[in-house]
Amino acid sequence: MSDYCELSNLTKSYPSSKGAAVIVKDFNLRIRKGEFVTLIGHSGCGKSTVLSMLAGLSDITGGGIILAGKELAGPGPDRGVVFQSPCLLPWLTAYENVMLGIDQVFYTADKDERSQIAEYYLTVVGLGDALHKKPAELSQGMRQRVGIARAFALKPKMLLLDEPFGMLDSLTRYELQEVLIQLWRKNKITALMVTHDVDEALFLSDRIVCMTDGPEAEVGEIIDVSFPRPRERKAVMEHPDYYVLRERLIEFLEIHAHKKRTHPAPPPNPVPPTGSMPKSPTIDLNQVHALPKNETVTV
Amino acid sequence: MSFLELTNVSKSFGGTCVLKDVNLSIAKGDFAAIVGFSGAGKTTLMNLISGLLKPDTGTVMLDGKPVTGPGPDRGIVFQNYSLLPWLTVFENIALAVDQVFPAWDKEKRREHIERHIAMVNLTPAREKLPAALSGGMRQRVSVARALAMDPQILLLDEPLSALDALTRATLQDEIARIREETHKTVVLITNDPDEGIYLANRIIPLTAGPGATLGPSFTVDIPRPRDRKAINHDNHFKQLRRDVTEFLLSSKHDRHATITKKLLLPDIEPEDLTHPVLPGAGRKRPIRLSDVKEETVQIE
Repeated sequence: MSDYCELSNLTKSYPSSKGAAVIVKDFNLRIRKGEFVTLIGHSGCGKSTVLSMLAGLSDITGGGIILAGKELAGPGPDRGVVFQSPCLLPWLTAYENVMLGIDQVFYTADKDERSQIAEYYLTVVGLGDALHKKPAELSQGMRQRVGIARAFALKPKMLLLDEPFGMLDSLTRYELQEVLIQLWRKNKITALMVTHDVDEALFLSDRIVCMTDGPEAEVGEIIDVSFPRPRERKAVMEHPDYYVLRERLIEFLEIHAHKKRTHPAPPPNPVPPTGSMPKSPTIDLNQVHALPKNETVTV
Repeated sequence: MSFLELTNVSKSFGGTCVLKDVNLSIAKGDFAAIVGFSGAGKTTLMNLISGLLKPDTGTVMLDGKPVTGPGPDRGIVFQNYSLLPWLTVFENIALAVDQVFPAWDKEKRREHIERHIAMVNLTPAREKLPAALSGGMRQRVSVARALAMDPQILLLDEPLSALDALTRATLQDEIARIREETHKTVVLITNDPDEGIYLANRIIPLTAGPGATLGPSFTVDIPRPRDRKAINHDNHFKQLRRDVTEFLLSSKHDRHATITKKLLLPDIEPEDLTHPVLPGAGRKRPIRLSDVKEETVQIE
């Protein structure tokens, strides 16, 4: 089977006084090995909920997730998570923060080897000179580099990124996207990222999954991003499709923002916006399942 | 002589040179955006123009007169709003108006304040305290306060950086509209090249620090009113976006020497932690896929 990670009818609801509040409903997505998929949608649409269920940090109300042939139950080191704020332990140095996970996962290896892993990843993300600095001595961007190194160092089966660069200014964000994509390419890790930065999604992903607005959020439209890899920002921005896709994504976000303002409770199955984009049919999940080979994936 | 003129301005803090030989000239009615990295010295530059800081060398001239301190001829909007929390929207603006126009009678001042509250669409919230307002609304108060002083130049210091993407877009549109209505000279400082291109007539990149200086000015030749979506079809927009980003990123790369380093990465598999590890039981060595890989990496 080519699907490496499979989210089937994933549902999340919380009990409330007016019955269950359904955040995500019947969310279906299949991710191939080595693919970089991005979830895009508005704040509060439930994209982070999907990610945290995949990370095992949030209980699954209905449906299930299979990763590498096993159903997931709870968090584990086979999924590396990069959070929006890097969540480093402030009393440990960058090196010690990375070693914390390595010591757990590579407990059969010698001390030297474990140390080499930490040094390798911290150096590759550009912190070769700052191994023994504490988070307080590092800038926001450098802390997030530690977060990336920590996630990759555990050799996870899947990388989960929850708005990893949301707190950074746009130029620092560009630099870190570069760091991330180079590591991703070298390690061929399957990745799922949540973001609302359209440029970030286009630069990094193979596929962009647009989520409709919550409550009862689900997959709206899936956009294939087939810029050749390895990608260089300049070349990607010059690609004739770049601004076409960019506009489409911005439009998607605007339509759903508007809907949210005018209808506090959107209908359970909002129609994905297809009117202005006749060339690219909306891919609904059944179609994706039926026609997996028609999709172009550039890995 | 332009309206605002900075000549060879340098500023250091504790031996670290933040800004070096900054030259800037802005004509009356211009809308310039200064775009740079966090920590490059953008706010220092703004503080030099506003008179909150004095340059170590060089001069800052406004309308032909040297800037010696802060004054109501320059209205500033800060990133963190800087409103007085115990005063209402109306009172916060009144504080500035009463200082700047003491000669006006009470009614004229009141009318002037009301007009500026209306300009930023906050009339329903005029009696609210800042704590009862969202970030976007607080920043509107701050914009109204700056404009109510009727400054000769409006200085916007990363006014929208603390706001979420949607609120930011709404406020960008408001800033564009207000600027069309008032024709004020505006200097906007931002870390977002898109924001600069969308709003300004000119983009001036600030190179990465330390010792940051201003790069060449890029003229934004996109007709107004600008449409956030339609702009994606504009070749000039695409090119500007690429050039400005490229210039800024390369200014940072130039700062770092590339070093080559040999690193060892053991090619071993992580252990499965789902099964409890019993002392003395289980494997003692990791699964090794190949010998230790030696890799040479280039680090910037």
